[in-house]
Amino acid sequence: MLEFKDVTKQFEGNDYPSVHKLNLKVERGEFVVFIGPSGCGKTTTMKMINRLIEPSSGEILVDGVNVLKQNAVQLRRSIGYVIQQIGLMPHMTVGENISLVGSLLKWNKEKQQERAKELISLVDLPEEYLTRYPHELSGGQQQRIGVLRALAVNPPLILMDEPFGALDPITRDSLQEEFKKLQREMDKTIVFVTHDMDEAIKLADKIVIMNKGEIVQAGTPDDILRHPANEFVEDFIGKDRLLESRPEVTRVEQIMNPNPITIEEESSLKEAIQKMHAKRVDSLLVVDESGILKGYVDIEMIDSNYKKKNQVYEVMDTAKYAVDKNSLLRDTMYRMLRRGSSYVPVVAENNKLAGIVTRATLADMVYNTIWGDETTEGSAIE
Amino acid sequence: MQTMMDTLSSYGWDLLNKTGEHLYISIAAIVLGVLVAVPLGILLTRIPSKAADRFISFVGILQTVPSLAILAFLMPFLGVGVVPAIIALFIYSVLPILRNTYTGVMEVNTSLKEAGKGMGMSTFEIIRKVELPLALPVIMSGIRFATVYLIGWATLAAFIGGGGLGDLIFDGLNLYKPELIVLGTVPATILALIANGLLSLLEKGLTPKALRKTV
Ligand SMILES: Nc1ncnc2c1ncn2[C@@H]1O[C@H](COP(=O)(O)OP(=O)(O)OP(=O)(O)O)[C@@H](O)[C@H]1O
Ligand SMILES: [Mg+2]
Repeated sequence: MLEFKDVTKQFEGNDYPSVHKLNLKVERGEFVVFIGPSGCGKTTTMKMINRLIEPSSGEILVDGVNVLKQNAVQLRRSIGYVIQQIGLMPHMTVGENISLVGSLLKWNKEKQQERAKELISLVDLPEEYLTRYPHELSGGQQQRIGVLRALAVNPPLILMDEPFGALDPITRDSLQEEFKKLQREMDKTIVFVTHDMDEAIKLADKIVIMNKGEIVQAGTPDDILRHPANEFVEDFIGKDRLLESRPEVTRVEQIMNPNPITIEEESSLKEAIQKMHAKRVDSLLVVDESGILKGYVDIEMIDSNYKKKNQVYEVMDTAKYAVDKNSLLRDTMYRMLRRGSSYVPVVAENNKLAGIVTRATLADMVYNTIWGDETTEGSAIE
Repeated sequence: MQTMMDTLSSYGWDLLNKTGEHLYISIAAIVLGVLVAVPLGILLTRIPSKAADRFISFVGILQTVPSLAILAFLMPFLGVGVVPAIIALFIYSVLPILRNTYTGVMEVNTSLKEAGKGMGMSTFEIIRKVELPLALPVIMSGIRFATVYLIGWATLAAFIGGGGLGDLIFDGLNLYKPELIVLGTVPATILALIANGLLSLLEKGLTPKALRKTV
C-alpha cells in the first residue's frame, strides 16, 4: 500500500536532515501511528506522502507507484488528509466542508449531499448540523467534521496529523473509540501522528517511534511495550506506562488458573453434586474424555432436572463461551466485566480446555498492579 | 441664497450632466483599478515577501506624486479628454486596493491554505475558494477607500478636459462665482458619501456569514 525507501528530507539551511534514510512498509488496512518528540520529523514524513513536501532523496511508493511520478493535485485528492489544526473552512458550512473534495472532483450536488448525510450520521451528529458553520460547533464536533472531510470520497489511504490533539481527555477518549470503530468497519489504511503514547497504544496496529529524523523502533504496541529497543524507547514509553500497561500486553495464559474444576460429560449428576460440594463451587466445566470443552453445568441445572435426568451431558448448557489462551488480557477483562460473568473458561487449540479466569483472578491482577507486587504471574496460579 | 437658487435653476441640467460624467470617470477608474490591483495583489503573495514589500513601497511612492503633477505629466502622452483623466485616477486607485488585497490574502490562516492544498485544490482553486472569500472584507474596504478618494480627486479631471463636476468648480474659479464652486463641490461630496454607504453595505453582504462581527 505504502512504502518508504531510504527517504531523506534535508531542508535548505538546516544543519541536520529532518528525516533521514527512512524505510518503512505499510500494509493495506494497517493503522500505523508515528510518535516521537517534537521536531523529530513526524509531520515532515507524513507530508512527503501527499507531496506537500518533496523528499530530497529516496522514494515513496503508494500502491507501488512513486508519488513524484503522479500529478500532485490528483494524488492529494485520492488521499484523505486531516491536518494538525483541523483547518475547517470558516466560510463554508459543515456540509460544504465535508463535500470539499467531492466538489473538487466535480461530484454532482445530490451525490455530495447524500454522502455528507451518510457521513454525519456515522458520528452521531444530527443532519441539521450540515447547514451550520464551523464556529457554531464545539471543538470536538469540529474535529469529527475534520475527520469526516477526509473520509468523504472514500480514499483507501488517510493521513492524520494529531487530529485529536487539542481536545480535553474525555472528548479525546470518546473520539478515539469512535474512530477506531470506524476504521475497522471501513478497512482503511491510516497513517496517524501523535505525541500521546496512550493514544498510540490504543489505536495502532503498528507504532513507529521516531527520534531526530530516524526510526528508533517499529512494531506492534505489544512488541514495543514488552521489548523496548533501547533506553530512548523505554524513557519515551515511561516506567509508569510499562507497569500500567501490563493488562495491555499480558496474555490470558499468563494469569489463568490452569487447574479448573471439571467433570466429564458421561458422569452422573450425583457425581457432579459431590464434586461441587467437595470443591465448594456452584458450577463445573464439562469436558469429554480427551479434555475438549463441552459446556458447563451449574447447581440450578442439576437441581431442576435431578429427578428426570441422570447424566451431566443431558442437562449441561452447551453455549460455550470461552477465550483463547493467547488472547490479550485487556480484551478478556473488558468482555468479562461487560458480560457480568463470574468466570471465563480458557481454551487452547481445538477447544481443548486450558484453564479458567475468574473474577478473583482479575482482582488479584488489579491488586498486584496497583500495589506493585512483583509476583503477579506466579500468584495468580494457585 | 437667492443667487444659489438662480444658479441652480440655470445650471440644473448642466449639473445633472456633470454629475453623470463625474460618476462615469470615477467608476471607470475604480473598475480598472480593481481589475489590475486585485490580480496583482494576489500575484505578489506568491513571490518572496521582501520583493513584494519593495514593490508595494514603490507603488506607494508613485502615489505621493501630487495629482496635478501626474495629470500634467500624462498630458503630453495621452492628450486631453476623458481617457487620460480615467487613467490618471486609475493610477491612484491601485495602491489602496493592491495593498489591501496583498495583506488580506497574506492574513488568511496558513493552515487553511495548507488544508486546501492537502485536500487537492489547485493553486487557482485555493485562490478562488479559500483566499479570495476570506480576504474579501479587507479587499472591499480597500476598494471603498479608493472609491471615496477617487470621487474627490475626479474634480481635477476637468483640468485636462475630462469633464465632471470639476468643470463647475473651475468655471466658478474663472468667473469668480463662488456659488458655482459650491454647486460642484456639494454633489461631489454627496456622491462620495453615497458610494461609501453603498459599498459598506456590499462589504457586509459579501463577508462570509461566519466571519461577520456579531454586534
Ligand atoms: N519548511 C521547513 N523548513 C525548514 N525546516 C523545517 C520545515 N519544516 C520542518 N522543518 C524542521 O524539520 C524538523 C522536523 O519537523 P516536523 O514538523 O516534521 O516535526 P514533528 O515531528 O512533526 O514535530 P511536532 O511534534 O512538534 O509537530 C524540525 O527540526 C523542523 O524545524
Ligand atoms: Mg508535527
